[in-house]
Amino acid sequence: MSDKRAIVLYLHVHQPYRVRHYTALDVGHRHDYFDAPEGGRENNADIVRKVAYKSYLPTNEHLQRMLETHPDFKLSLSITGTVLEQFERYAPEVLASFQRLVATGRVEIVAETYHHSLAFFYNRDEFEQQVVMHREKLQQLFGVTPTAFRNTELSYNNDLAYWADKAGYTAILCEGWDAVMGWRSPNFVYQPAFTSNIRALTKNYKLSDDIAFRFSNRSWEEYPLTTDKFLDWANASWDQPLLNLFMDYETFGEHQWADSGIFGFLEHLPKAWLANNSHTFMTVSQAAESFPAVDTLDCPQTITWADTERDLTAWLGNRMQQGAISSLYGLTDMVMSTNNLSLIEDWRRLQTSDHFYYMCTKYFNDGDVHAYFSPYQTPYDAYINFMNSYHDLKYRLAEAGQPV
Amino acid sequence: MKILMLGWELPPHHTGGMGVVCYQMCKELAQSGADIEFILPYTAEFPNIDFMTVNPALPEGVTEVIGSMAGSTYDSQYFTYVDNKGNSRGVQMHEHQSAYTQYVAKLARLNEYDVIHAHDWLTFRAALAAKQLTAKPLFVHVHATEFDRSGGSYGNPLVREIEHMGLLLADKIFAISQATKDTIVREYNIDPAKIEIVHNAMELEESELHEDTSVNTFTYLQIMQSRGYKVILSAGRLTIQKGLIHLLEAFAKVVEKRPKTILLIVGSGEQYAELIEHSAALGLSGNVIFTGRINGTGKTWRDAFRVANLFVMPSVSEPFGLTPFEALLQHTPALISKQSGASELLRNVLKLDYWDIEEMSNQILAVCNNSDLEITLAEEGSAELANITWKRSVQKMMHHYQLHAHKQKVLHV
Repeated sequence: MSDKRAIVLYLHVHQPYRVRHYTALDVGHRHDYFDAPEGGRENNADIVRKVAYKSYLPTNEHLQRMLETHPDFKLSLSITGTVLEQFERYAPEVLASFQRLVATGRVEIVAETYHHSLAFFYNRDEFEQQVVMHREKLQQLFGVTPTAFRNTELSYNNDLAYWADKAGYTAILCEGWDAVMGWRSPNFVYQPAFTSNIRALTKNYKLSDDIAFRFSNRSWEEYPLTTDKFLDWANASWDQPLLNLFMDYETFGEHQWADSGIFGFLEHLPKAWLANNSHTFMTVSQAAESFPAVDTLDCPQTITWADTERDLTAWLGNRMQQGAISSLYGLTDMVMSTNNLSLIEDWRRLQTSDHFYYMCTKYFNDGDVHAYFSPYQTPYDAYINFMNSYHDLKYRLAEAGQPV
Repeated sequence: MKILMLGWELPPHHTGGMGVVCYQMCKELAQSGADIEFILPYTAEFPNIDFMTVNPALPEGVTEVIGSMAGSTYDSQYFTYVDNKGNSRGVQMHEHQSAYTQYVAKLARLNEYDVIHAHDWLTFRAALAAKQLTAKPLFVHVHATEFDRSGGSYGNPLVREIEHMGLLLADKIFAISQATKDTIVREYNIDPAKIEIVHNAMELEESELHEDTSVNTFTYLQIMQSRGYKVILSAGRLTIQKGLIHLLEAFAKVVEKRPKTILLIVGSGEQYAELIEHSAALGLSGNVIFTGRINGTGKTWRDAFRVANLFVMPSVSEPFGLTPFEALLQHTPALISKQSGASELLRNVLKLDYWDIEEMSNQILAVCNNSDLEITLAEEGSAELANITWKRSVQKMMHHYQLHAHKQKVLHV
């Protein structure tokens, strides 16, 4: 057991293959759903290069320097298969910079589905295959085998923890959401209900979201957020072992722009934190084994880290989303029995949760945060492009002799 | 607040959306305490209207003016004067416009009003005469400009002249959309500070529809729907401005992919024959149904919106466009052109450029082939209507009435 208090910094790296403007008249004639023309809002190469420039490259530069300067600094990353492929194709220098981080031995990579999918909730076999694909990709590119698991959008329930325990993972991540935590603090290690070895780390959403969502918000009463102020808040729970700061990697430079001072904040954080020598940093697996579980975490319902509801409604809340995803998984057996790798891969790319997020009508009337992340003007455009691609998949299945 | 309101039509005796707009607006104004005297160019009964006084503009010696609501453009309307001996004679629109002006001038001299409120150029001369005589604040309400009606060209110079005078001399201009405000500023050189945007809404209740049918008009379409057909609706005047040729072109592509699709075209107008010929030439005779003119506040009209799986308004130019609101009111999803004023306001509808035929067929097919899309658009769209109310617009109008009526009093004490 560690006698030091640890920040567990965990960043999630992901880009989907966005579906191009793909019309009903394209169905049966072209199958390039993910290849938007250059300059188009859904052009994946453009987006990856843009985010590389704004976020991945500068952030990794800071992280590399922080690792070199502070021997106690550590962090964890999850990087989806879909974004790794796109780094290989469109921004190899970004991949190289992640490889340098991992090579320090102080950056843990967390397991998940290759395609950032919700397959766990629709098809367990498909889910497991995607987890294997991701593990193999990590082995190939980084030479590591993950010991901690996170599911897409930090979705979590008892079943998932049970599965991850049986699969041999030692840690699993979830939102430290009040409805599940009750009076308990997220700053401890917990044991998921009905499991034997695995431990759950729960996100401290208040402090995580201060950085991820509120950092550059000038109408926030705490603006501007300094490391001093932040550590004051962190030190309020000085007698609790962990501080789980989980967020999207793209917080740095993409959601919070460089001119907000976010990089300065990031770089100053370990220095300020480690100034107290009872403080340290840990990776997720390390944190799970360094402290005993204080209680059992029972979570029969599915929680995620999204919206104020912290459930799956951002992806599966309306009929379009529900219809689209169940149509897609309805093709599973036919798709798999074609043994056609490019068809299977296209089907998997359509499973990426972002496609369903773009179809969300919740808050659409307020022109909210969902719109910021969508390349489409409306949820309906997202749905139409997606369903046309789906119909083309069916066309290809029919061509392959499947009984669609 | 006593208002002299100058309009050209009211339902059920009307040809376009403007009458429906005036009706709903005045109803809400009356609820907010306004006392409205509404002057029409023709004699008619309005059993639904008890919230304001409606008077026909009768020339000297004429006891009744019969209007032709032939469903065509306003310019080609004609009127019939009937005198107390029962003799009648027909007059052209321009002659009757002068008679309307004289009547309003007489009225303005006799009675005391707080403000004058005039709808579109047909009433502007009368409005200017009333303002000249009484010095009361003048509000002109722009539903469409000559620029819009002529499909984005100069249009009729005489009409432009009248519009310009009205816009210049008005104390305040109410424009029904941002697009209309922009047109007024750009085409008529009017100070934008003088223009307020007052959006329309659609809140007609079931009891306000008149009984022009006792049966469900579209049972045939319902039977077809039960056999897998989908019904696309277009409703409005059949004029170039409405972009229906583009719709036919797009619909031909739809039918190629999905033969079980029907296009119901409701309305009449100068393009009627052309559209029939064009749909025949495209081989669509079996898929396109023309109903001819249907009154816009009757039950048949409502039934058309109710039976449809998708309403399409592909207008080339549409200062506002009330029909998509009618569709959403009947829980029917709408597809509208980005060139319409309604697209400023509505979020949960499909939008496209009117010329993008391929995208139009894509979106129509998407709704026909995915009932989840049809249902979500209908649900979210009609929920959105709840926030687009006449109350909101009328509060704004009342505020400006009061401001100017007060200013006018201060100046004349």
